[in-house]
Amino acid sequence: MSILGTRVHRVEDPAFLTKGGTYTDDLTDERLAGALHLTLVRSPIAHATITSIDTSAAKQAPGVVAVLTAADCDLEPVLVFDRANKKMVRPYLATDRVRFVGEPVAAVLTEHPYQGEDAAELVDVDYDPLPAVVDVEAALNGEVLLFPEAGTNVATAKGSADPGAGFFADCEVVVTKQILNQRVAPAPLETRAAAAAWDDGRYTVFCSNQNAQGTRDDLAERLGVDVADVHVILPDVGGGFGAKIGADPEYVLVAWLARRLGRPVRWSESRSENMTGLVHGRAQHQTITIGGDRDGTVKAYQLKIVGEAGAYPAFGAALPNLTGMMARGTYDIARKHSSYVSVVTNTTPTGAYRGAGRPEATQAIERAMDLFARAIGMDPADVRRKNFIAPEQFPYEITDEISYDTGEYAKALDLALRSAGYEQLRAEQARRRERGDTKLLGIGLSSYVEITAGGGASENGSVEVHPDGTVTVLTGSSPHGQGHATAWAMLAHEQLGIPMEKITVRHGDTDQIPEGAGTMGSRSLQTGGIAVHKAAGELVELAKQRAADLLEADVADLVVDKDVAAITVAGVPSARKITFAELAAQEQLRVHTEWDAGKATFPFGAHVAVVEVDAETGKAAVQRIWAVDDAGPVLNPLLFDGQRHGGIAQGIAQAMLEEVTYDEDGQPLAASFADYGIPSAAELPSFDLVGMETPTDANPLGYKGIGEAGTIGSCPAVQNAVIDAVAHLGVDHIDMPLTPVRVWTAIQQAAGGAK
Amino acid sequence: MKVEINVNGTATTADVEPRTLLVHYLRDNLGLKATNIGCDTTSCGACTVLLDGESVKSCTVLAAQADGLSVTTMEGLSDDGTLSHPVTAAFRQEHGLQCGFCTPGMVMAAVSLIEENPDLTEADVRSGLEGNLCRCTGYHNIVRAVLVAAGKDPDA
Repeated sequence: MSILGTRVHRVEDPAFLTKGGTYTDDLTDERLAGALHLTLVRSPIAHATITSIDTSAAKQAPGVVAVLTAADCDLEPVLVFDRANKKMVRPYLATDRVRFVGEPVAAVLTEHPYQGEDAAELVDVDYDPLPAVVDVEAALNGEVLLFPEAGTNVATAKGSADPGAGFFADCEVVVTKQILNQRVAPAPLETRAAAAAWDDGRYTVFCSNQNAQGTRDDLAERLGVDVADVHVILPDVGGGFGAKIGADPEYVLVAWLARRLGRPVRWSESRSENMTGLVHGRAQHQTITIGGDRDGTVKAYQLKIVGEAGAYPAFGAALPNLTGMMARGTYDIARKHSSYVSVVTNTTPTGAYRGAGRPEATQAIERAMDLFARAIGMDPADVRRKNFIAPEQFPYEITDEISYDTGEYAKALDLALRSAGYEQLRAEQARRRERGDTKLLGIGLSSYVEITAGGGASENGSVEVHPDGTVTVLTGSSPHGQGHATAWAMLAHEQLGIPMEKITVRHGDTDQIPEGAGTMGSRSLQTGGIAVHKAAGELVELAKQRAADLLEADVADLVVDKDVAAITVAGVPSARKITFAELAAQEQLRVHTEWDAGKATFPFGAHVAVVEVDAETGKAAVQRIWAVDDAGPVLNPLLFDGQRHGGIAQGIAQAMLEEVTYDEDGQPLAASFADYGIPSAAELPSFDLVGMETPTDANPLGYKGIGEAGTIGSCPAVQNAVIDAVAHLGVDHIDMPLTPVRVWTAIQQAAGGAK
Repeated sequence: MKVEINVNGTATTADVEPRTLLVHYLRDNLGLKATNIGCDTTSCGACTVLLDGESVKSCTVLAAQADGLSVTTMEGLSDDGTLSHPVTAAFRQEHGLQCGFCTPGMVMAAVSLIEENPDLTEADVRSGLEGNLCRCTGYHNIVRAVLVAAGKDPDA
């Protein structure tokens, strides 16, 4: 019986549940012996020129070994996102100007971390405040520039905001709305941490990160050394969600300091630092315009985006492009137009966060579909069905190079609606409205398609059987909670028959595994997993060739006897069996292989959310959510559903609770876990998961990615549900997060009450 | 100042700064690194341990306050590196962890919760774990794990 598709408990768990994971700050590696602790002095002001920095008092404080500022630092400022305006470079320590609250200004190195916190207080920085650019309108009008030498606050832009005359001309109904996909904090439970040593001309850098090899390359470039002179090792990583990709400025600084000071250096940020220092996600101001006919046919859709790049353009400046690419969602719309401008503001830089560009596209089109349905008086499910891309239209081209691979969008929606009991829910909603119940029921739908392995569909993997019968799998993927060690072992076990407990999966060490693209964009299984599948298959072929002589048989007649992990002759029970271990004892038995699908895959699904809204207080609570998430065949339902659960929770969190806001001076108003609305168990329901599997043709096992789908599907379903609950009161839109005050205010405004 | 704390059944002692947090005592003085630090506002619960049997957030307790008391961390739930404790066994069984960072605190909070109220419902578990944040699991399987550990049917 195949192990693929079965619920296998994680091989990772015994360590996590006894001694705990070993995260960067837990390391006791001898290479870090005698390490200094880095404490960063960060700007408390959003926009200011620095007139002086006095480090003399700090240098006298107990335990202080060094205090360094930009004047001491010879690292070249970096253009973090290389397609942004070339003048928008970021220094590692602020030079003459700070551009966001939380920007590093000085580095304090001490023997003990407590000493660092004390000494950092003594660094005296004189700031001359400048007007802060916080909202995107101010950024666009350019009265105040973050980078005067750039002559603009625009970091990236694409396309005209004008779709052209006649774009909506033949539409009977056109609806337009400005909506906000608000700024949120990725908030992995482990904050960022790095530890570095410089020894014999080579850097060794341990860090909390999603891709060792890419980070090694970034570090080498930014430190100005050869790639061969940087060794990156990733210990256990306590969550990433897209925000731990690449060499963050602090990581470069830690490595540089280790060399400069001739001692290992460790850094682990506080949560308050993390909330302003780690990239934020989303932050798109969108204008959606949808047009079509009263029979439900959508003919034209326009998405205009103003994205917030934050103070220094990072990957967040790239994401509106992806949003535009995915703007049409699951619908066959005759005319689609998207454009964007990404601007710098005096806020934390933005980057990838679970979904990264696709949730913003889905939220926009799914809100648009509800607005259109409302305008023509049609059920939102019917409008969606009327416009879905049909199964026979696949592959469905969305750009000159990219096509949706496979999809059954109507089937997914119907399955979700049936699971939820949509008709009964609508009936209950009507009953409550009729009797004037103050506990209003809202039902929200979403249909989504997303792109996984969109940043490249290649990965490498190695499988080696050792003479003692154990197996080592090396992968260029980089797990941080997803369960690769279990999943990759299942894939190797499937073909070799060697027991799971004898298979060890290694990742995240650039000396052991020089190449690898890491874990991001829901890419791992369909890239790194398939590479392991392919390597194991090639290893079986290699073993057959070697066994053929010994068995005096033709290679074509040989098979694997999985019960004993051996090669034998097909259909001859009495034939000799030569185990993989025996073959390995004669000669190294190892295969390294590359897999490249050459294209991305497009998971899809539909979610139905049910919320209850208290009409008197505006408080909304998610009661149930049914999720159909189709990412092709499932390797391990335990892991697959775990990814969905976490994703759904983060989507609900954005819809209901989370938002990073700033005051007009650029002061962050949610810069700790005491202020930021990361949900607890008490704010979430259990989730109803519904299965559906439509394989891709992009790889031999039909797998697509599941890491981000839950977030992409749940967020619009929940927002639509809350708005649906109060729709009969005249409310057609409320921006996220759907806090009681926002919902209450929307109800009052619709009733002609409070402004 | 000198503190004497019984940790996981073993007497420990050290000279510490009066401001030393219990979590730093455990991690840095004793090398017990399961207990993690996830925030600086007593919000996330990653540092939850038992102090004389009661769950506390060890980032908000001074080592000095634990002087003469006993502390249990997740390492103390198993003598032999196996999942012999019902809570840790249930966390694996129900896939109640992903990245593992919140896990030691979550496990200790669950141990305390079950001790206080063996007759838990899903709602009890959700409100009882309100002080422990997880970013990976959406809590779905954590709630199931705690119910299983308490001898309840999570599908009931």
